[in-house]
Amino acid sequence: MTPFRVSIVAAIAALLLLFVIFELIRSRRLQERYAMLWLLTGIVILILGLWRGLLSTIADAVGIAYPPSALFALAAVFILLLLLHYSTVISRLADQNRILAQRLALLESRVEENRSAR
Amino acid sequence: MTEPAVTSRATATSLRDRLAGVQRVAVVPAYNEEGAIASVIAEIRAADPDFDIVVVDDGSTDRTSDIAAEAGAHVVRLPYNLGIGGAVQAGLQYARDHDFDIAVQVDGDAQHDPLEIPKILAPIVEGKADLVVGSRFLGEGEYEPPVTRLLGIRLLARIVSVLIRQRVTDTTSGFRASNRRAISLFASDYPHDYPEVEAMVLVFRHRLKLVEVPVHMRLRGAGESSITFWRSAYYMLKVLLALFVGLFRRYPTPQEDR
Repeated sequence: MTPFRVSIVAAIAALLLLFVIFELIRSRRLQERYAMLWLLTGIVILILGLWRGLLSTIADAVGIAYPPSALFALAAVFILLLLLHYSTVISRLADQNRILAQRLALLESRVEENRSAR
Repeated sequence: MTEPAVTSRATATSLRDRLAGVQRVAVVPAYNEEGAIASVIAEIRAADPDFDIVVVDDGSTDRTSDIAAEAGAHVVRLPYNLGIGGAVQAGLQYARDHDFDIAVQVDGDAQHDPLEIPKILAPIVEGKADLVVGSRFLGEGEYEPPVTRLLGIRLLARIVSVLIRQRVTDTTSGFRASNRRAISLFASDYPHDYPEVEAMVLVFRHRLKLVEVPVHMRLRGAGESSITFWRSAYYMLKVLLALFVGLFRRYPTPQEDR
C-alpha cells in the first residue's frame, strides 16, 4: 500500500525535524522563542503525514481540486510568514546593534575626555 | 495573633547582628516606573539603611533613570529593553562585579514590600539556602488571582515541585534573594523572557539550596498587569518547553561549589 508507506516516510521526516529542533534548543543554539514556530511546523507536518484525509478535507473546504496543491499553497504561505517574521527580527537586531555602537562610541569619547582632563 | 509578631521581631534583631559586615544589594529592575521608583528606593532605605540599591533601567522611555539617580541609587541603564530576565541578570552581574554577599530582587513597580526583605534574607544568613523565594501562597496576605491565572500558577508549581523534588508554591514570584553562589550562577546563566520558573529548576540542577518563605505582596499600584490570556498561554507553552528541554541538559556544578 503506497499511501501507507508515504505516511510512514512523512512521519519519520517530521519526527526527525522535531528531534533536530529539540537538539538545537538543548545545545542552546536555538532559543525557545524561535523554536516555537519550528515546532509548530514539525507538528503540522506530522499530523498531515499521519492523517491523510485531512489534506483533502482542507483542499475541499478552500475549493482546491488537487489536494497536493493545497499542501504547496499551505507550505508557501507558512514559509512566507516565517521569512517575514525573520525580517522583523533582523530589523530589531540591526536597530539594537546601532544603539549599542552609539552607546559604546559615546562612552569611549567620555573616557578619553576624562583621561585628557586629568 | 500577637505572638508571631513578637517572635518575628526577636529574629529581626538577631538577624541584624548577623548581617553586620554582610555586603548586601537590592536589585531593582524597572521599566517605565517613574511614578513608583522613588518610593521603592525610599522604602528599601527605610527598611534597611545598609542596603546598596542598584536600579536596572530596562530601556525606559520615561525619567526612571534620572529619578532613581536623584534618589541616590546606583543606576544601570540598559541601552534598550531586554525584558525582565536580561534586566535582573544585569543587576546580578553588578552584584558579582562589586563583590556583594547577598542580592535581593525587589521589583520597581512597588509590588514587593521592602519590610518583608528580612524574611527573605534570613535563610541565607543562617546558611540554609542559596536562593530564597518569597511566596504569596504560604499563608501570608490574601492574594487571590483570577481563576485562569491561578490554574497556571498551580500547574507550574506542581510541575516544578516534581522536577526539583521539593514542594514549591510560587514559581513566578520575583521577590527573591541570592547568595554569592546563586549570584555567580545567575550572572553567567539566567533564563530569558519568563525567567523565574526556570531559575528555580536551574538552581536545583546546579545543586544549590532553594527555600521558599511566606511573604505578602501588594496589588499592582498603577495599571493592570499587562499579561493577557493568550499571551500567558503562549508563555506557559514556552516555559513548559524550556523546562522539558532543560531536563536533557547537563549542568556543571559551579566552580565555588567544592
